[in-house]
Amino acid sequence: MPYSPLLVKPMREELTAAGVQELLSAEDVDRFMEEGREGTSLLVVNSVCGCAAGMARPGVRAALASGPRPDRTATVFAGQDLEATAAARGKFPDIPPSSPSMAYFKDGELVFFLPRHRIEGRSAEDVAAELTAAFREHSGVTA
Amino acid sequence: MGTFHQGKHELHGITVVVDTDGPEIWVGRCDDVDDDRVILHDADGHRGGDKEAWVERAAKFGVWAKHKRLVVPRARVTSVRRLGEVGLAER
Repeated sequence: MPYSPLLVKPMREELTAAGVQELLSAEDVDRFMEEGREGTSLLVVNSVCGCAAGMARPGVRAALASGPRPDRTATVFAGQDLEATAAARGKFPDIPPSSPSMAYFKDGELVFFLPRHRIEGRSAEDVAAELTAAFREHSGVTA
Repeated sequence: MGTFHQGKHELHGITVVVDTDGPEIWVGRCDDVDDDRVILHDADGHRGGDKEAWVERAAKFGVWAKHKRLVVPRARVTSVRRLGEVGLAER
Protein backbone atom coordinates (compact mmCIF):
# COMPACT_ATOMS: atom_id res chain seq x y z
CA MET A 1 0.00 0.00 0.00
CA PRO A 2 1.48 3.38 -0.95
CA TYR A 3 2.49 5.76 1.81
CA SER A 4 0.51 8.91 2.46
CA PRO A 5 1.12 11.60 -0.17
CA LEU A 6 1.77 13.98 2.70
CA LEU A 7 4.67 11.83 3.93
CA VAL A 8 6.10 11.46 0.46
CA LYS A 9 5.76 15.09 -0.64
CA PRO A 10 8.97 16.35 0.99
CA MET A 11 10.85 13.35 -0.42
CA ARG A 12 9.67 14.28 -3.89
CA GLU A 13 10.53 17.92 -3.34
CA GLU A 14 14.03 17.09 -2.18
CA LEU A 15 14.78 16.20 -5.79
CA THR A 16 12.44 18.47 -7.71
CA ALA A 17 13.83 21.48 -5.83
CA ALA A 18 17.19 20.58 -7.36
CA GLY A 19 15.72 20.75 -10.85
CA VAL A 20 15.01 17.05 -11.24
CA GLN A 21 11.94 16.49 -13.41
CA GLU A 22 9.26 14.28 -11.91
CA LEU A 23 7.88 11.59 -14.23
CA LEU A 24 4.40 10.48 -13.22
CA SER A 25 3.32 8.27 -16.11
CA ALA A 26 4.73 5.79 -18.61
CA GLU A 27 4.28 8.46 -21.28
CA ASP A 28 6.43 10.84 -19.24
CA VAL A 29 9.17 8.19 -19.03
CA ASP A 30 9.02 7.41 -22.74
CA ARG A 31 9.23 11.11 -23.58
CA PHE A 32 12.20 11.60 -21.25
CA MET A 33 14.04 8.67 -22.80
CA GLU A 34 13.23 9.82 -26.32
CA GLU A 35 14.67 13.24 -25.55
CA GLY A 36 17.72 11.47 -24.16
CA ARG A 37 18.67 9.78 -27.42
CA GLU A 38 21.40 12.40 -27.57
CA GLY A 39 23.40 13.57 -24.58
CA THR A 40 23.39 12.40 -20.99
CA SER A 41 20.41 11.59 -18.77
CA LEU A 42 20.12 10.66 -15.11
CA LEU A 43 17.03 8.78 -13.97
CA VAL A 44 16.60 8.44 -10.20
CA VAL A 45 14.28 5.81 -8.74
CA ASN A 46 13.26 7.53 -5.51
CA SER A 47 11.83 5.66 -2.52
CA VAL A 48 10.59 6.14 1.01
CA CYS A 49 12.86 3.82 2.95
CA GLY A 50 15.34 5.72 5.04
CA CYS A 51 17.85 2.88 5.05
CA ALA A 52 19.14 4.11 1.71
CA ALA A 53 16.94 6.82 0.28
CA GLY A 54 17.81 9.18 3.11
CA MET A 55 21.33 9.33 1.70
CA ALA A 56 20.42 8.89 -1.96
CA ARG A 57 18.52 12.15 -2.35
CA PRO A 58 21.14 14.43 -0.78
CA GLY A 59 23.76 12.50 -2.74
CA VAL A 60 21.98 13.30 -6.00
CA ARG A 61 21.60 16.94 -5.00
CA ALA A 62 25.27 17.24 -4.15
CA ALA A 63 26.38 15.58 -7.37
CA LEU A 64 24.17 17.85 -9.45
CA ALA A 65 25.48 20.89 -7.63
CA SER A 66 29.12 19.97 -8.09
CA GLY A 67 28.95 19.20 -11.81
CA PRO A 68 29.33 18.23 -14.53
CA ARG A 69 25.58 18.02 -14.65
CA PRO A 70 23.75 15.57 -16.93
CA ASP A 71 21.86 17.16 -19.81
CA ARG A 72 18.59 15.84 -18.37
CA THR A 73 17.60 14.61 -14.94
CA ALA A 74 14.36 12.94 -13.92
CA THR A 75 12.87 10.83 -11.16
CA VAL A 76 10.15 8.28 -10.61
CA PHE A 77 8.88 7.32 -7.16
CA ALA A 78 8.84 3.59 -6.43
CA GLY A 79 5.80 2.39 -4.52
CA GLN A 80 3.95 5.60 -5.37
CA ASP A 81 3.95 6.20 -9.10
CA LEU A 82 3.68 2.57 -10.09
CA GLU A 83 3.17 2.97 -13.83
CA ALA A 84 6.04 5.39 -14.23
CA THR A 85 8.34 3.25 -12.12
CA ALA A 86 7.54 0.12 -14.13
CA ALA A 87 8.16 2.04 -17.35
CA ALA A 88 11.47 3.35 -16.02
CA ARG A 89 12.61 -0.12 -14.96
CA GLY A 90 11.65 -1.32 -18.41
CA LYS A 91 14.46 0.82 -19.77
CA PHE A 92 17.00 -1.41 -17.98
CA PRO A 93 15.21 -4.78 -17.95
CA ASP A 94 18.28 -6.89 -17.24
CA ILE A 95 18.90 -5.22 -13.89
CA PRO A 96 16.95 -6.43 -10.85
CA PRO A 97 14.58 -3.77 -9.51
CA SER A 98 15.81 -1.86 -6.49
CA SER A 99 14.97 1.44 -4.93
CA PRO A 100 16.45 3.86 -4.46
CA SER A 101 18.65 3.44 -7.48
CA MET A 102 20.09 5.59 -10.23
CA ALA A 103 20.52 4.95 -13.93
CA TYR A 104 22.76 7.10 -16.08
CA PHE A 105 22.40 7.06 -19.85
CA LYS A 106 24.55 8.42 -22.62
CA ASP A 107 22.91 8.78 -26.04
CA GLY A 108 20.14 6.54 -24.79
CA GLU A 109 22.45 3.73 -23.66
CA LEU A 110 22.76 2.73 -20.01
CA VAL A 111 26.38 3.40 -19.01
CA PHE A 112 26.19 3.42 -15.21
CA PHE A 113 23.86 2.02 -12.59
CA LEU A 114 23.92 2.54 -8.84
CA PRO A 115 21.71 -0.06 -7.14
CA ARG A 116 20.25 0.26 -3.68
CA HIS A 117 22.78 -2.01 -1.99
CA ARG A 118 25.58 0.30 -3.05
CA ILE A 119 23.81 3.24 -1.39
CA GLU A 120 22.86 1.56 1.90
CA GLY A 121 25.06 2.55 4.79
CA ARG A 122 26.99 5.10 2.78
CA SER A 123 27.06 8.84 3.25
CA ALA A 124 25.53 11.36 0.89
CA GLU A 125 29.09 12.44 0.08
CA ASP A 126 29.97 8.89 -0.95
CA VAL A 127 26.92 8.65 -3.18
CA ALA A 128 27.67 12.06 -4.69
CA ALA A 129 31.28 11.08 -5.35
CA GLU A 130 30.25 7.94 -7.18
CA LEU A 131 27.71 9.82 -9.30
CA THR A 132 30.11 12.65 -10.04
CA ALA A 133 32.75 10.17 -11.19
CA ALA A 134 30.23 8.63 -13.59
CA PHE A 135 29.14 12.04 -14.86
CA ARG A 136 32.75 13.01 -15.48
CA GLU A 137 33.65 9.76 -17.15
CA HIS A 138 30.83 9.99 -19.63
CA SER A 139 30.78 13.72 -20.22
CA GLY A 140 34.40 13.82 -21.25
CA VAL A 141 35.30 16.15 -18.38
CA THR A 142 38.56 15.03 -16.81
CA ALA A 143 39.22 17.69 -14.14
CA MET B 1 14.30 12.47 5.81
CA GLY B 2 13.62 8.78 6.07
CA THR B 3 11.55 6.14 7.75
CA PHE B 4 12.38 4.36 10.97
CA HIS B 5 12.18 0.74 12.02
CA GLN B 6 12.26 0.41 15.77
CA GLY B 7 12.99 -2.87 17.49
CA LYS B 8 14.74 -4.51 14.57
CA HIS B 9 18.33 -5.67 14.16
CA GLU B 10 20.83 -3.05 13.02
CA LEU B 11 20.97 -4.70 9.60
CA HIS B 12 17.24 -4.22 9.08
CA GLY B 13 16.67 -2.83 5.59
CA ILE B 14 20.20 -3.56 4.44
CA THR B 15 20.94 -5.94 1.58
CA VAL B 16 23.06 -8.73 3.01
CA VAL B 17 24.86 -11.91 2.01
CA VAL B 18 23.99 -14.83 4.28
CA ASP B 19 26.42 -17.72 3.98
CA THR B 20 25.67 -21.12 5.46
CA ASP B 21 27.60 -24.19 6.49
CA GLY B 22 26.07 -26.01 3.53
CA PRO B 23 26.11 -25.40 -0.23
CA GLU B 24 23.52 -22.57 -0.01
CA ILE B 25 24.24 -18.88 0.06
CA TRP B 26 21.58 -16.18 0.07
CA VAL B 27 21.29 -12.50 -0.79
CA GLY B 28 18.32 -10.45 0.34
CA ARG B 29 17.13 -7.43 2.25
CA CYS B 30 17.53 -8.15 5.93
CA ASP B 31 14.34 -7.91 7.94
CA ASP B 32 15.68 -9.14 11.24
CA VAL B 33 18.32 -11.28 12.91
CA ASP B 34 17.82 -13.02 16.23
CA ASP B 35 19.15 -16.05 18.08
CA ASP B 36 17.12 -18.46 16.00
CA ARG B 37 16.99 -17.13 12.47
CA VAL B 38 17.87 -14.60 9.83
CA ILE B 39 14.84 -13.27 7.99
CA LEU B 40 15.32 -11.94 4.46
CA HIS B 41 12.94 -10.20 2.09
CA ASP B 42 13.14 -10.25 -1.71
CA ALA B 43 15.90 -12.84 -1.63
CA ASP B 44 17.66 -15.03 -4.12
CA GLY B 45 20.03 -17.90 -3.46
CA HIS B 46 22.71 -20.04 -4.96
CA ARG B 47 23.44 -23.68 -4.26
CA GLY B 48 26.73 -25.41 -4.92
CA GLY B 49 29.57 -24.29 -7.12
CA ASP B 50 31.53 -21.14 -6.55
CA LYS B 51 29.70 -19.13 -3.91
CA GLU B 52 31.98 -16.12 -4.16
CA ALA B 53 31.66 -15.84 -7.92
CA TRP B 54 27.88 -15.77 -7.53
CA VAL B 55 28.10 -13.14 -4.79
CA GLU B 56 30.42 -10.99 -6.90
CA ARG B 57 27.89 -11.05 -9.74
CA ALA B 58 25.13 -10.15 -7.29
CA ALA B 59 27.22 -7.26 -5.98
CA LYS B 60 27.21 -5.55 -9.37
CA PHE B 61 23.48 -5.02 -9.79
CA GLY B 62 21.67 -6.95 -7.06
CA VAL B 63 19.44 -10.02 -7.23
CA TRP B 64 15.99 -10.82 -8.51
CA ALA B 65 13.43 -11.27 -5.76
CA LYS B 66 12.70 -14.98 -6.05
CA HIS B 67 11.64 -15.36 -2.42
CA LYS B 68 9.40 -12.67 -0.95
CA ARG B 69 10.28 -13.83 2.58
CA LEU B 70 12.97 -16.32 3.48
CA VAL B 71 13.94 -17.66 6.90
CA VAL B 72 17.44 -19.06 7.35
CA PRO B 73 18.01 -21.01 10.58
CA ARG B 74 20.67 -19.19 12.59
CA ALA B 75 22.40 -22.50 13.41
CA ARG B 76 23.21 -22.89 9.72
CA VAL B 77 24.52 -19.35 9.25
CA THR B 78 28.27 -18.87 9.14
CA SER B 79 28.32 -15.18 8.21
CA VAL B 80 26.13 -12.19 7.47
CA ARG B 81 27.73 -9.31 5.59
CA ARG B 82 26.60 -6.33 3.59
CA LEU B 83 26.36 -6.91 -0.16
CA GLY B 84 27.41 -3.30 -0.71
CA GLU B 85 30.80 -4.06 0.80
CA VAL B 86 31.55 -6.92 -1.57
CA GLY B 87 34.26 -5.87 -4.00
CA LEU B 88 34.39 -2.38 -2.51
CA ALA B 89 38.19 -2.30 -2.73
CA GLU B 90 38.11 -2.83 -6.49
CA ARG B 91 35.65 -0.01 -7.17
